[in-house]
Amino acid sequence: MTTSTALHKVSLTINGKKYDAEVPARRTLVDMLRYDLGLTGTKEACSVGVCGACTVLLNGSIVASCLTLAVQADGAEITTIEGIADGDKLHPLQESFMNNGGFQCGICTPGQIVASKALLDSNPHPTEDEIKEWMMGNLCRCTGYYQIIESIQKAAEAGGK
Amino acid sequence: MRDFFFHAPDNLQEALSLLNEHGDDARLMAGGTAMMLMMKQSLLEANHVVSLHKVPGLAYINRDNGTLRIGALTKHRDVETSAEVKATNPLLAEVYSRIATVRIRNVGTVGGGLAHSDPAQDPQPALLALGARVKITSAKGEREVALSDFLVDYYETALEPGEVITELIVPNAPDGAKGVYIKYLPRTADDYPTVGVAAIGVVNGGVCQDVRLGLGALAPTALRATSVEDALKGQQVTAQSVRQAAEAVADLVDPLDDPRGSAEYKRDMSVVFARRALEQALGLS
Repeated sequence: MTTSTALHKVSLTINGKKYDAEVPARRTLVDMLRYDLGLTGTKEACSVGVCGACTVLLNGSIVASCLTLAVQADGAEITTIEGIADGDKLHPLQESFMNNGGFQCGICTPGQIVASKALLDSNPHPTEDEIKEWMMGNLCRCTGYYQIIESIQKAAEAGGK
Repeated sequence: MRDFFFHAPDNLQEALSLLNEHGDDARLMAGGTAMMLMMKQSLLEANHVVSLHKVPGLAYINRDNGTLRIGALTKHRDVETSAEVKATNPLLAEVYSRIATVRIRNVGTVGGGLAHSDPAQDPQPALLALGARVKITSAKGEREVALSDFLVDYYETALEPGEVITELIVPNAPDGAKGVYIKYLPRTADDYPTVGVAAIGVVNGGVCQDVRLGLGALAPTALRATSVEDALKGQQVTAQSVRQAAEAVADLVDPLDDPRGSAEYKRDMSVVFARRALEQALGLS
């Protein structure tokens, strides 16, 4: 039985900016984002890939950052909630979630926004069923979901990618 | 989660030699969606994790003379959305689309799913019904195993130490076949099924020419109900014959009590959902 393990150098691009970190192999991507790099917008809730709060884009695809090892993301391009707005200008989805009651307590919101951005990037005018199918993995315990679906529909209608 | 040595070989040979070097101390990781959960719960402890994410050439979908050859590192989502799969084997695209959520299907791989071997996984009943085979590679060479022989027990497969799944080979359904997968989900839409049933049927002039029935979440592995198939083949398809054949499923299954239902309930539901799947595949509903 070996007891000592090494730190690994991880280098990745997050929201267009280059980051380097040294992490143990067991560090999850969400922990590295939050604790090593101070990007605390991404939340961790269930820790088992079910709730969607920790959703980030890895090379353009939504993933559960709680089930991704930081070392597996070495070299990847990551987008987190901090990279969604254009400077001070909020993304149309962010505006729509605010205007349509798409969140209450806010814990699930970073994951909802990142996941719905990936949806509109690949399918700018999704049907209600397509929205439900895509967002099924993002749980919200406040809104009852109707306002989230409406927020995404309104953002899509406004041409918000 | 306990710490471990992490290896990211950039070719298959190096991955195989790491497996041989570390033996039982080493575990392969593909997408990691299932393995991370097991490691977080200390159900699986590996001193050496050999990640395949930098190994090239194992993510592909190729059409080959009536079969699809799918590389082991192909993501579930890529099977689900492949135009090639949808055109040649729509049931296969359907079952991969039913796994968990998009976020998991973007990461989980075909080979990783087979190695995980949870009896409630969505693709296995259909893969058994289609007669799928698994290609396995080791330092000694390659071998091919029928999926029915590959699935051994709860979380146990026919993989030997030092072996890697490299390809899933899936024959097309027979000409004129109708394939269905019914996933019974009393809890949430992204859950494992309480009962999962895949059926494929070919009917000509009201007679059952071919029928296949795969059952998931009902025994230590997904299984194929060949005795039920045999009872229907060559017979006139009627509501009565299908109902009678489906009743026999109760004797083939060996479910466990868990939060998705009691063993007794699952046994009852296995009959109901086998009947519905057969009715659809054989054109009765």
